[in-house]
Amino acid sequence: MSAAEPVFGRPTAETPLFWQRLRRNRAAMASAVILIVVASLAMLAPAFESLLGVEATRVNLFNQYATPGSTHWLGTDEAGRDVFVRLLYGGRISLLVGLVAALGAAVIGTSIGLFAGYHGGRLDTLLMRTTDGVIALPLLPLLIVLAAIDLTKLGIPDGIANSEMTSLYRIVFIIAIVGWTTVARLVRAATLSIRTREFVRAAEAMGAGSTTIMLRHILPNVVSPIIVATTLSIGAVILLESVLSFLGLGIQPPIPSWGNMLTNAQELATRAPALAVWPGAVIFVTVMAFNFLGDGLQDALDPRSVRR
Amino acid sequence: MLTFLTRRIAGMTIVLTFMSFVVFMLIGLMPGDPIDIMIASNPDLTPADGERLKRLHGLDLPLWERYGNWLGGALSGDLGFSRTYNRPVLDILLPRLGNTVILLGLSSLVAIAIAIPLGVIAATRQQTPVDSAINLFCFAGISVPPFWLALIFILLFSVTLGWLPAGGMGAPDAGLIARLDFLVLPVTTLTIASLAGYTRFARAAMIEVLRQDYIRTARAKGLGPTRTVFGHGLRNAMLPLTTIVALDFGALFSGALITETMFGYLGMGKLIYDSILGNDFNLALVGLLLATLVVLIGNFLADIAYAVLDPRISFRALEAA
Repeated sequence: MSAAEPVFGRPTAETPLFWQRLRRNRAAMASAVILIVVASLAMLAPAFESLLGVEATRVNLFNQYATPGSTHWLGTDEAGRDVFVRLLYGGRISLLVGLVAALGAAVIGTSIGLFAGYHGGRLDTLLMRTTDGVIALPLLPLLIVLAAIDLTKLGIPDGIANSEMTSLYRIVFIIAIVGWTTVARLVRAATLSIRTREFVRAAEAMGAGSTTIMLRHILPNVVSPIIVATTLSIGAVILLESVLSFLGLGIQPPIPSWGNMLTNAQELATRAPALAVWPGAVIFVTVMAFNFLGDGLQDALDPRSVRR
Repeated sequence: MLTFLTRRIAGMTIVLTFMSFVVFMLIGLMPGDPIDIMIASNPDLTPADGERLKRLHGLDLPLWERYGNWLGGALSGDLGFSRTYNRPVLDILLPRLGNTVILLGLSSLVAIAIAIPLGVIAATRQQTPVDSAINLFCFAGISVPPFWLALIFILLFSVTLGWLPAGGMGAPDAGLIARLDFLVLPVTTLTIASLAGYTRFARAAMIEVLRQDYIRTARAKGLGPTRTVFGHGLRNAMLPLTTIVALDFGALFSGALITETMFGYLGMGKLIYDSILGNDFNLALVGLLLATLVVLIGNFLADIAYAVLDPRISFRALEAA
């Protein structure tokens, strides 16, 4: 939108104004920087491996619980593996799960919200009652059941069902199918207010089908709440993934994730308290950064929300 | 009032029946079969015995027919046995339910008791360092992994300082007071998780109320700021909080599952988790349904509280909603 540069000395187009607002929000900017640093470090995990001469998966029982030093920056764990490099690899997994599951949930939620909001009537009532029902349920026990299902009983071959990567896809899938509720409610609310606007009426009068109207005319106007809710839900997903992996039902070792790095931490609490501190601290900082960024995006995208 | 009750109870029944169906089907997909586990643990049983046992318990029937049988039994009061405890599931679940209700009740009360003053302070001091500090605290509370917080508390207060027990329940015959030591860390962990959300909401609600005309009127007629906020603002601001607390019951129960597991607190959440991992499927199924029922009843009570607290809302309005 470079054509929409300031005309009267002040930015007029939505985009520059949005950037201006976001840049003024120090917490959101700091969070963005933190997230970029965390993501870059995670990307560079193999580089650190060769630089430090360590391997994330190499078990060395002669070097358990090593103290932090020049080779093992954060020491080693109960199997003699390098904690720092494992944190980086765990970050890849946790961030990947967070992004993909949050996007999946956003797609489901947006579809349901658009459909319910645009069509209204009984369908709307049914979909929204379902949404309320899902929100009210105690979700964690249900997720544990879903995570414990034996995929071979669904006819999936054993080799695929019990491979390491399947635990990754499975967690993304089950988080996405329960995480869509917030987006669905927000999109529905936004759709309700937009479907009565003139341009929608005009499109209807010109004979556009309901799918076209929903995707071409309504969707672009409800993007802001989707972006905000998705950013916030990445944080929530990372938390949920860490809980499930910690309980032994999420990402399966040897793939490290921030959650499963803590699985043994409780028994080892007296022996090696640092092992319990690092992964949790990284989850904490990352999730907090996503939450501050989401909050900042909300303030920046919604012109009416003067931060009160 | 009566229509309201009937409608809500009908709604709850539908949700519970639906849940029982979904969970029953999911549990049919769990690894291992109870009879296979029995055979594996008892060398005297032959595969032929296994077949006989399966027929005896109706396990050779298709899944939906087994669900029909289970539902029929459940409706006539027979919720079945636990595989690992060898006792009727309700005998095991009900004492655990009591423990969970204590945990949930205490931490809800503490969370609300702290969230309201914090929210009011933040709302009346907008854009000051105090407001920012409370805001930061809230973000931290929402972002901290609850199981890790529990771990840090154990490291700090049990391992390093030795002030509080790292887990367990205390002697079962000791009264609630004697067991308070064991409740401090679980309740604190669970409280922090919900406190942050409540505080943010209380702040937003208070800000909304403080902009109303009747607040300006109260100030204009000479009422002091404290009395305006507490006398006129608070009650109206706290109404929407009931809804948030109600909507949060499900999440609270999920939090209780984590907290109970971390601290070895013998509640429903830990029981459900253990029974899923221990292939005790009937216990898991009934436990999940009971947890859902508790959450639904919580929602229901909150709705009633809403109507009682707000004279503008009648049960008729709730019926229409």
